[in-house]
Amino acid sequence: MDTLSSDYLPILVLLAVAVGLGIILILAAAVLAVRNPDPEKVSAYECGFNAFDDARMKFDVRFYLVSILFIIFDLEVAFLFPWAVAFADISMLGFWSMMVFLAVLTVGFAYEWKKGALEWA
Amino acid sequence: MTQDLTTILPELLLALYAMGALMLAVYTVKDGMTGFLTWATAAVMVALAVLIGTREGSATAFGGLFTDDAFARFAKVTILLSAAAVLVMSQSFMAKRGIARFEYPVLISLSVVGMMAMVSAGDLMALYMGLELQSLALYVVASIQRDSLRSTEAGLKYFVLGALSSGLLLYGASLVYGYAGTTLFSGITTALQGELPVGLIFGLVFMLSGLAFKISAAPFHMWTPDVYEGAPTPVTAFFATAPKVAAMALIGRLTWDAFGGIPGQWAQVLAALSVVSMFVGAVAAIGQKDIKRLMAYSSIAHMGFALMGLAAGTAYGVQAMLIYMAIYVTMNIGTFAFILSLQKDGVPVSDIEGLNQFAKRSPGKALAVLILMFSLAGVPPMLGFFGKFYVLKAAVDAGMTWLAVAGVVASVIGAFYYLRVVYYMYFGTTEGQSQSRSSPMEAVALFGVAFVILAAVLNLFGLEPAAMAAAQALIG
Repeated sequence: MDTLSSDYLPILVLLAVAVGLGIILILAAAVLAVRNPDPEKVSAYECGFNAFDDARMKFDVRFYLVSILFIIFDLEVAFLFPWAVAFADISMLGFWSMMVFLAVLTVGFAYEWKKGALEWA
Repeated sequence: MTQDLTTILPELLLALYAMGALMLAVYTVKDGMTGFLTWATAAVMVALAVLIGTREGSATAFGGLFTDDAFARFAKVTILLSAAAVLVMSQSFMAKRGIARFEYPVLISLSVVGMMAMVSAGDLMALYMGLELQSLALYVVASIQRDSLRSTEAGLKYFVLGALSSGLLLYGASLVYGYAGTTLFSGITTALQGELPVGLIFGLVFMLSGLAFKISAAPFHMWTPDVYEGAPTPVTAFFATAPKVAAMALIGRLTWDAFGGIPGQWAQVLAALSVVSMFVGAVAAIGQKDIKRLMAYSSIAHMGFALMGLAAGTAYGVQAMLIYMAIYVTMNIGTFAFILSLQKDGVPVSDIEGLNQFAKRSPGKALAVLILMFSLAGVPPMLGFFGKFYVLKAAVDAGMTWLAVAGVVASVIGAFYYLRVVYYMYFGTTEGQSQSRSSPMEAVALFGVAFVILAAVLNLFGLEPAAMAAAQALIG
């Protein structure tokens, strides 16, 4: 094994430990745990009264739109923070790169707004 | 800086155009703009193809992230022209089925920007960015007919498998970065000198597997028939043309620019992909009853032949691959122009049985389709024969006679299903129900391509020297 490969040995060990520990814990639960099921134990627990509706109900698709919008603007902030912190050190190229990025993002936002994706009527 | 911007001018213009078109349409009449935007996008693409075609020499931009050379230009012109042709010929189909949304030409433009970035990539980051820009736009257009269960299924399937293939590619790229210490292609070439780290080979194979998904080479082809069948036909026509050229050129770019020092390592992978694709495409297509699925398997087989050119590992092989891709795209545009026009009682159909005795109903079109099918099968003296001839010759010249023999056998098997379409049209025993009602642009595309297939026998329209210059730019 050359030096470069041995540099990665700790990661390999970590991987082996992670996989091994996961398997051991799953198997331990199956082997060691006391198992004595009865109907009350295995039925779903719900406080108060019995469940009267299916938990799998339909969501309005707009929830997804909002969550996707959130991800996009969340990422934007993730880019903006290091850029703002290092602002004194970056060149004009760095400044304009971010301006282009913001402009592209604005185009997408304007499209979404005008398309009516943000209306909850 | 200005130098960099000049180098990427075509990509910059197309991206700006796409955003401008999006804003223009959404702030005015929205879907009412679709017809105008389709033509405008096609015009912009043709104009950019001319702009790129007149450039010369080679240049790099952004510290080697972006390369503009004859190879990139050949691929870009092919991509732009085929995208423009598909847009124009599918406009009336989209309008008739009520799926003409103004986002469609915009998404196609953005995906073309991604493809142009792909073929010019000089760095693993730039490669991935272009690939994802292309793919994300394609996932959306696959499900553009969002009221149709099959179209949304196609979009989702394409997305999930596309994400899987991107994962493979990224894993490979991370291995390559780990062992080469750089993502620049030129840096990887330097890292290959001396003793070859085994991690680099792993990375290379993973990256090739990820890219094989994108060109739908067997054994990474499973998504192709379902996506081709489920997506609206204009979208299928687009899938079968420009993205294939881009991904194939990207494989050429990656293997030669980054791993050009070890052709023996990747040539065997590509040769294996090539053989499997040719046979899977040829054998699995025999049982198909839907012409769109048939074209999916046909494209798998054709990708196998194009890979044969690359697997040869020579400049002539790259040239053969480029010629093959240009010819493949031309034939597919013609064939899909015909499939777009097929209908029964106004509803689009794509079953092969419906073509029974088609020659009696429209003899002119049947003749054009006959030319197309003969060309796809590689019957001389049609254009398709020359594509196959170049790649087979490249394989033989490189001492891979077994690969060439496998190619010939697969092409004989493949001829069966192309000729079966012709058989149904001319000698079908029952009467089929499909009618062909071509819009003017569909007719132009169908008969235009049929004419090109016959006329190009003379000199291939100067394709050969252009492809040779491109191959030399990549390797030299």
